[in-house]
Amino acid sequence: MAYSNKVIDHYNNPRNVGSLDKSDPKVGTGIVGAPECGDVMKLQLKVANGVIEDAKFKTFGCGSAIASSSLATEWIKGKTIDEAFKIKNTEIVNELNLPPVKIHCSVLAEDAIKAAISDYKKKNGLSE
Amino acid sequence: MIGEKEDMLKFPIFMDNHSTTPVDPRVLEAMLPYFTERFGNAASRNHSFGWEAEKGIDQAREQIAHLIHCDPKEIIFTSGATESNNLALKGVAEMYHEKGNHIITAVTEHKAILDTAKRLEKMGLTVTYLNVGTDGLVDPEAVKAVITDKTILISIMMANNEIGVIQPVAEIGKIAKEKGVIFHCDATQGVGKIPVDVQAMGIDLMSFSAHKIYGPKGVGALYVRKKNPRVRIAPMMDGGGHERGMRSGTLNVPGIVGFGKACEICEDEMAEEGTRLTRLRDKLKGQLLKELDEVYLNGHPTQRLPQNLNLSFAYVEGESLLMGLKEIALSSGSACTTATLEPSYVLRALGVGSDLAHSSLRFGLGRFNTQEEVDYVGRRVVETVRRLREMSPLYEMAKEGIDLKSVQWTEH
Repeated sequence: MAYSNKVIDHYNNPRNVGSLDKSDPKVGTGIVGAPECGDVMKLQLKVANGVIEDAKFKTFGCGSAIASSSLATEWIKGKTIDEAFKIKNTEIVNELNLPPVKIHCSVLAEDAIKAAISDYKKKNGLSE
Repeated sequence: MIGEKEDMLKFPIFMDNHSTTPVDPRVLEAMLPYFTERFGNAASRNHSFGWEAEKGIDQAREQIAHLIHCDPKEIIFTSGATESNNLALKGVAEMYHEKGNHIITAVTEHKAILDTAKRLEKMGLTVTYLNVGTDGLVDPEAVKAVITDKTILISIMMANNEIGVIQPVAEIGKIAKEKGVIFHCDATQGVGKIPVDVQAMGIDLMSFSAHKIYGPKGVGALYVRKKNPRVRIAPMMDGGGHERGMRSGTLNVPGIVGFGKACEICEDEMAEEGTRLTRLRDKLKGQLLKELDEVYLNGHPTQRLPQNLNLSFAYVEGESLLMGLKEIALSSGSACTTATLEPSYVLRALGVGSDLAHSSLRFGLGRFNTQEEVDYVGRRVVETVRRLREMSPLYEMAKEGIDLKSVQWTEH
């Protein structure tokens, strides 16, 4: 298993593992993937003054999936929700040096960010 | 935390003995002269180099035949069990094509059998792939029920490489005999680990390999019955007629000598080794089931190889588990560990859900694993599963009382 050092780092020292309060109106929660596929990511973000001030994740999946979602929480912190929405899976692939067979993990992470943003917007009556 | 005893551990720890095994030093010692001094071609009939090599081959045939209770003349050497499986299936299909064109096998067979069967289907044969029970076992009655007058071969493995279950080979052999159908057994994981007797078990063709039993890679055998009944196979390798015309090609003399020695050692040490490995395996299983909840054994609890343990750890994915155990060599049924991203077909055949198939680890204990290693592995697995469960959204949901089967997941 030729993992990049960055993937190994995120696996050993994952950033932002945990949960935020789902019922908090400032929190958006995205759950993507399916147990049958071997990949489920839960990503949560907390917004204050239009900026993501905190983010947490939990992932059931391989090392690349864990690293992708850990990186996603790192990147969205401090961004506005519009900026976070623009994060592309290809940027995650490049940052973590993901091999072709693991690219789908980065796609799932991008989906998780978008799902969390969508949830936040719904809860706060904002347009998608 | 590394305890006192663990200072003596050598890393990485190899606990994946179903994939391959280290060569036993005694086997290596037996092989070495055949590389440099007794390097003759065993087919050279006219000089001492050839005769020496032939003697080495003959001795190996005796050692191997003794282990499986056959005549030395019934051993055909190949490059490995994959070739033996190919030879058995294709060789019978070709030789008996006028008698029939139907083969019976099972869904949990090794790819060397399944892929060969698929090729034979493309060539016009029909193949029945029997299902297995949730314990992984083939039902002999199910075999009987699908035999037709066109059936020319039954092929059922002795022991499964993933889940370790031991098939009811003797019962199937009896049925095959009654119905006059040739019975092939892929015994790659059985020979040398559990007692094998081709007479008592009614086996007509049997594949096995050296590198699973502390011998070298690149050499295997096909047992081909000569009496009661005489089984014939068409060769797949032409060119000189070696091995009674069944497998041409210069014999891998050092490999075969090693194979013979490996079999001799297995025969001598099987009972004791089996007891020791069963004890270690059961201790590991006990420890893991005690310290962790929601751990599931895959395959029949007792009708299994002494050294195999295949467990699913719910809510944790297999590849991430292996990543957390990088100083230990194990394997997993998770899709993420395969190039094709498909979870283990063996686990799926047992009816194990995909999520639990993704969460499985296979432990294959071996001759050179120690109590200290097993204790260490047990502890590290517990640690890693706990850590990953803390990171798992599925574990969180389960703890909250959510029924995961009722959730609407978003496929991607």
